[in-house]
Amino acid sequence: MELLPYIIFAIIKIALLLFILLTAVAYTTLLERKVIAHMQNRWGPTRVGPFGLLQPLADGLKFILKEDVIPDNVYKPLYLGAPIIALVLSLLSISIIPFGGAWDIGKYHIPLQTTAFWNGTGIQDINIGLLIILGITSLGVYGVALSGWASNSKYSLLGSLRAGAQLISYEVALSLSLVGVLLLAGTLSLRQIVDSQAGSLLHWYFLGGFQFIAFFIYIMAAYAETNRIPFDLPEAETELVAGYHTEYSSMKFAMFFMAEYCNMITVACLATLLFFGGWHSPFEGLHLPAPGIWLMISPLFWFFAKVFFFIFVYIWVRGTLPRFRYDQLMSFGWKFLLPLAIANVVVTSLVLALRS
Amino acid sequence: MLHTILFLIFGAICVAGALNFLLQHHPVNSALSLIVVMGSLALLFLLLGAEFVAAVQIIVYAGAVMVLFVFVIMLLNAGEEERTRGNRVALFLGVPGLVVFFGLMCWTLSGSRSQLGQVQIGGYYVPTQELGIALFREFLLPFEITSVLVLIAIMGAVVLARKERQ
Repeated sequence: MELLPYIIFAIIKIALLLFILLTAVAYTTLLERKVIAHMQNRWGPTRVGPFGLLQPLADGLKFILKEDVIPDNVYKPLYLGAPIIALVLSLLSISIIPFGGAWDIGKYHIPLQTTAFWNGTGIQDINIGLLIILGITSLGVYGVALSGWASNSKYSLLGSLRAGAQLISYEVALSLSLVGVLLLAGTLSLRQIVDSQAGSLLHWYFLGGFQFIAFFIYIMAAYAETNRIPFDLPEAETELVAGYHTEYSSMKFAMFFMAEYCNMITVACLATLLFFGGWHSPFEGLHLPAPGIWLMISPLFWFFAKVFFFIFVYIWVRGTLPRFRYDQLMSFGWKFLLPLAIANVVVTSLVLALRS
Repeated sequence: MLHTILFLIFGAICVAGALNFLLQHHPVNSALSLIVVMGSLALLFLLLGAEFVAAVQIIVYAGAVMVLFVFVIMLLNAGEEERTRGNRVALFLGVPGLVVFFGLMCWTLSGSRSQLGQVQIGGYYVPTQELGIALFREFLLPFEITSVLVLIAIMGAVVLARKERQ
C-alpha cells in the first residue's frame, strides 16, 4: 500500500483516539460523581450546564488555573517526571486496543485500531498485542512508586510502597487469569482473540469457554491494578491523606487522575475484548434485519456499550464496598486469587487436551 | 534500511543508558537508567524477530525485577554516593588492561568471522506458538529443572524471611 495515505490515516486515527479517550476520561469522572450521588440519595453536580454536563470542563479549567506548587525538598527530576510517566504509559496501552473491523472509505480499508493496517487481504495487527499491554501495565508501577519517593513526604512514601507491593502481587493473578482465554484462542493478537468469539452470546469466552472464574479473577485483580475501591490502599484518604499524590497540585495532580481513569478504561476494554466478544453483537446468530449504516456502526456501538457497562460496574462497586485492610489485601491476592488462577489454567488445559 | 536505523538508535540508547548507569551519583537514577537499558534490549530482541522474548524482557525485567530494585532503594532511602578520587592501581593497570582485553577480543572475533556467520536483522522470527512447542517438547527437561531451581530460590527466601516462633 502507498505510504502517504497510510501515514495520514494513522495520524487522523491517533488524534481521534486521543480526543475520544480524554473526553471519555473527563465524562467518566462526571458519571462517577453522578452515579455515586444517586446511590447515596444526593443529586451530584447540577450547577454547571444542564444536569451538570459541563462540570468536567469547569474542573479542567480549575486544574489549569490553580497555582502549581512545588514543595522545597522534593527530588525535582523525578517529581516532575513521575506524572508524565504515569500518563504516557496509560495512553500508550490504549493504542493496541482494536475497536472493530475495518471501515471502507473510498478505496481504502481503515481498521478501527491505531496499530493495525490493511495488508491487501486482511487486517494486520500486532501479533503479541496482549503481551505488550501486559508489559505497559507492568511499567505503570514506576509512575506511582517514583512520585511517592520523589515527593519526600511520609504519606507519599507509604502510599507508593503500598502501591508497589500491591501492583506487583496482583499482576501475577491478572496475567495468569488471561492464560485460560489464550489457551482457548491459541493466539496473542487481540483481534484474533475477538474473531474467535464470533457467533452469538454463547461463543463469548465468559460463557462459551467457561472462563467466568477467570473473568472474576481478572476483574478483581484489575481493580487492584487500577487502585480502585475496594483496593485503593495506595491513596486511602482516611489513612494517607491522598497517598502517592499528596504533594502534587494543579495539572500534575490532574495528570495522575487522568492516568488512573485511562487505566480504568483500558482495563474495561480488555475485559470486553477477552471475555465478552469485543465488538460482536450478542444476537449475531439470529440474523435480525438491519439497515446498512447500522452494520457500519454496530461494532462500535456494542464495543462501547460493553465498556460502558464495565465502567458502570467500577462505580457501582465503589458505591458499595468498603476498603480492605492491607494484610487482607495481600492474603486475598496470594492465597486466594493466585491458586484459583492456576487451577483455572490447569483445568482449562486438561479439558482442551482431553477434547483434542 | 528502517531496521538498520532502528538498530542503531536503540543500540545507542542502550549504550548511553549503561554509561549513565555507571556515572550517576544517585542509586535511583542508576536503577532508572538500567530500566532504559532493559527496554532498549527488548527492542533489539524485537528487531531480531524474537517477539516473545522481547515482551518477556519488558514484563519480567523492566516490570518486576527493576521494581524490586527501586523498591529496596526507596525503603533503605539510600542517599547519594560519595565520590572517591579513584585508585591509582585501577588507573594505571585497569584501563590499559581493559583496552588490551577488548582489542584481543575484537581481533579473535574478526579473525574467525568466516566460521561464525552473520546475524541478520529480522532473521530469527519465531512465533510464540513454535517457541512454546520447542520449550515443552525438545527442551522439557532443562525447562523443568530451571523451574525447580526457581522454586528452591523462593523457598530459600521464605525460610530466610520467616520469623522464628518460640
